[in-house]
Amino acid sequence: MIRSLVLFVAASAAFDAVASAQSETVAFVGAQLVPIVGAPIDDGVLVVDKGLISALGARSDIAVPAGARVVDVTGKVLMPGLVDTHSHVGGGWGADSSAPIQPGVRMLDAVNCRDSGLQRAQAGGITTLNIMSGSGHLMSGQTIYVKNRDKNTIEELCYRFEGGEPMGGMKMANGTNSQRAAPFPETRGKSAALVREAFVAALEYRRKVQAAGDDASKLPARELDKEALLELIDGKRVVHHHTHRHDDIVTVLRLSKEFGFRVVLHHVSEAWKVVDEIVAAKAPCSLIVIDTPGGKLEASEFDARSAAELEKRGAPELVGFHTDDWITDSRVFLRSAALAVRAGVSRETALAGLTLHGARMLDLGGRVGSLEAGKDADFIVLSGDPLSVYTRVEQTWVDGAKVFDISDPRDRTWADGGWGAGMPRMQATCCLGDAEDPR
Amino acid sequence: MKCFARVFAACALTLALDAQDLAVRAELVHTVSGEPIQSGVVIVRAGKIAAIGPAARTPIPENFRVLDAKVVTPGLVDAHSVVGLAGYLNQPQDQDQLDPTAPIQPELRAIDAYNARERLIVWLREHGVTTLHTGHAPAALISGQTMVVKTRGETVEEAVIVPCAMIAATLGENSRAGGDKSPGTAGKQAAMLREALIGAREYQRKLAAAGDDASKRPDRDLRKEALLDLLEKRVPLLITAQRHQDIASALRLAKEFDLRIVLDGAAEAYEMLEPIKAAGFPVILHPPLARFAGELENASRATPKKLLDAGIPFTFQSGYEEYVPKTRVVLFEAAIAASHGLGAQAALRSITLDAARILGLEARLGSLDVGKDGDLALYDGDPFEYTTHCIGTVIEGVVVSEVVR
Repeated sequence: MIRSLVLFVAASAAFDAVASAQSETVAFVGAQLVPIVGAPIDDGVLVVDKGLISALGARSDIAVPAGARVVDVTGKVLMPGLVDTHSHVGGGWGADSSAPIQPGVRMLDAVNCRDSGLQRAQAGGITTLNIMSGSGHLMSGQTIYVKNRDKNTIEELCYRFEGGEPMGGMKMANGTNSQRAAPFPETRGKSAALVREAFVAALEYRRKVQAAGDDASKLPARELDKEALLELIDGKRVVHHHTHRHDDIVTVLRLSKEFGFRVVLHHVSEAWKVVDEIVAAKAPCSLIVIDTPGGKLEASEFDARSAAELEKRGAPELVGFHTDDWITDSRVFLRSAALAVRAGVSRETALAGLTLHGARMLDLGGRVGSLEAGKDADFIVLSGDPLSVYTRVEQTWVDGAKVFDISDPRDRTWADGGWGAGMPRMQATCCLGDAEDPR
Repeated sequence: MKCFARVFAACALTLALDAQDLAVRAELVHTVSGEPIQSGVVIVRAGKIAAIGPAARTPIPENFRVLDAKVVTPGLVDAHSVVGLAGYLNQPQDQDQLDPTAPIQPELRAIDAYNARERLIVWLREHGVTTLHTGHAPAALISGQTMVVKTRGETVEEAVIVPCAMIAATLGENSRAGGDKSPGTAGKQAAMLREALIGAREYQRKLAAAGDDASKRPDRDLRKEALLDLLEKRVPLLITAQRHQDIASALRLAKEFDLRIVLDGAAEAYEMLEPIKAAGFPVILHPPLARFAGELENASRATPKKLLDAGIPFTFQSGYEEYVPKTRVVLFEAAIAASHGLGAQAALRSITLDAARILGLEARLGSLDVGKDGDLALYDGDPFEYTTHCIGTVIEGVVVSEVVR
């Protein structure tokens, strides 16, 4: 009861940190720390206090605070929790088939936070996700930025805007996925025209609101779709734009410029063909890495070297990755970056692409994505080199709380699969205490 | 019998291709059949492995082309794919892996549907895959035949080494017909397969009864002829079955008709180790990177190790993908198994020698031994590491890829 009251009062930016912060001080000692900002630190110490990183450095430089619980992670590699900038776990659907542009729809209202996909993501070391609707619409709804805690409700998982409301971007798409019979567009030209029309209408709506001034009687009726579009124009909400082909990519940049919305390019299979344009627009790229080109026309020219090309043009900060789970598997998200290294990008850019760059794409770079004092204690303990196939994610920590441990048989099932692994997570509740999952 | 004649013809054709004499030097030579050789040399002459051993004791004949690599393995064997029938565009014109007009069509030959110039074949070849067991998709009760090819050539005739390798059957959700069509249930699937095989037995009986009297012979029936290949054990039935109850149905069917079968997919095989082991059939396991959803919701990356420990012969497959990626790569799949308990050595053996055995081609493929085909994959590091590249592929002495993948 007291806990609930605290939660209720703390409806602010600190809401979620308070919800699951661990009061204990814990020191992780002996691992190689990969902070992302700065060089790796051998034989390091990472101190976690109240769900935040309070200090880190070489063992010789950092004193373990008196009374701290010490976790020996000698021989392991400890790095920030991974940020998956594009995921479909949670089983939710956004927009329906009634219209191609539905910005008022929220994934907040659709995600099943007990979906096994979130557990698989924990097993893959993913601590922050951008969960979104599909690419079958020009605009399929608001995405939700999720902290991958074990909780009962989506409210307890979501990041918050400064005002306290659940934080997310907007999912858009162009190219063939969002083209079909009316009322959907059947061509690329029509796709762009419909998007422009929607933004123009939102601006008209704003003009009317402004003209009404303080006179409530003159206000137009509230329209959720247009309010959401205005959040894009105002830069509050970032557009996460599915786009594959070189010409579609350039169309996104054109529309972004016309209406001033901030955009992260997603998938970007043909980024390597229009690197100069992407770099000039400073458009971050959340890249997908697939095993084989093809499977659909727009992915037939996929090349994992896009990350390396962006780096070569002096824009490593634009490189990020995502799982697009189910397209690739959350449990092997590290692999996406490793395959980009295989295709030429540096280790440093690849690891930043999995963490800090992704966090920045979600406006969360000040809070997660690197090991720095004051940031959320979201990190993973690996058995070895993050880019090796033989490395396993052994532990995943969120806000200083362990949410995945490969030595726990239940967690192991999420990691490897097995009987019942696809079932939603069972919840231990107040009344059952630490009851075992009946499976 | 017809199948065998074709194999022979295909072998003869193979030799006519441009086999080159070459040598591969590598810091590590994985023979697979024996211990790895440090600083080794493989000599390929007229398309076959002529010598293998430590560099110091294995002289390279003059005028042989020499390739260098950190690591060399036998050419990889992808034990089940649809590539060549299925193309990378994933558009109607390049998808020939499934004819949906009838549930049982064992007469559909893979050789009549294979596009040897398909880009996915190039992609697999560039990752060290030299042998591909490909054919009709696991998406109908009996979708058609499969074949074994080398990943080379511009025509199927240049590629094929076993024109009719297996007949592909599928139990479970993927071979249920929609609407009011049959089969709509697991029970109906088994009944239809049994009926078809019983029909083939009748045909067999009539053929036998007619003896040499052509006037008494039943009319030729391509469908029944193909099923006779199963009943007379000339080819195995490849049964894709993911759930434990479908695996049980496959074993039941094999017993009733005394069939040779190969279990495919087998996502829940870890629940069926004893009956599979007792039946003695091998398993071509689902890709460890396959989506663990639908019939694969209980799949596990720990299964390969369990099959190994149980002594059940198994290998991996690139499998059948309906969307992105259009094919998987067995090199990547074995790598995931290696890191999930199987270990690198067993993982490499699974996609070389073990796969060759399951295809009945171990006399010719799967390990680096004198007399076997000169099929090699070259790497700049541990083949399974994400950041290692396949830097060359050799098929029967011909360098078929030199790109760095």
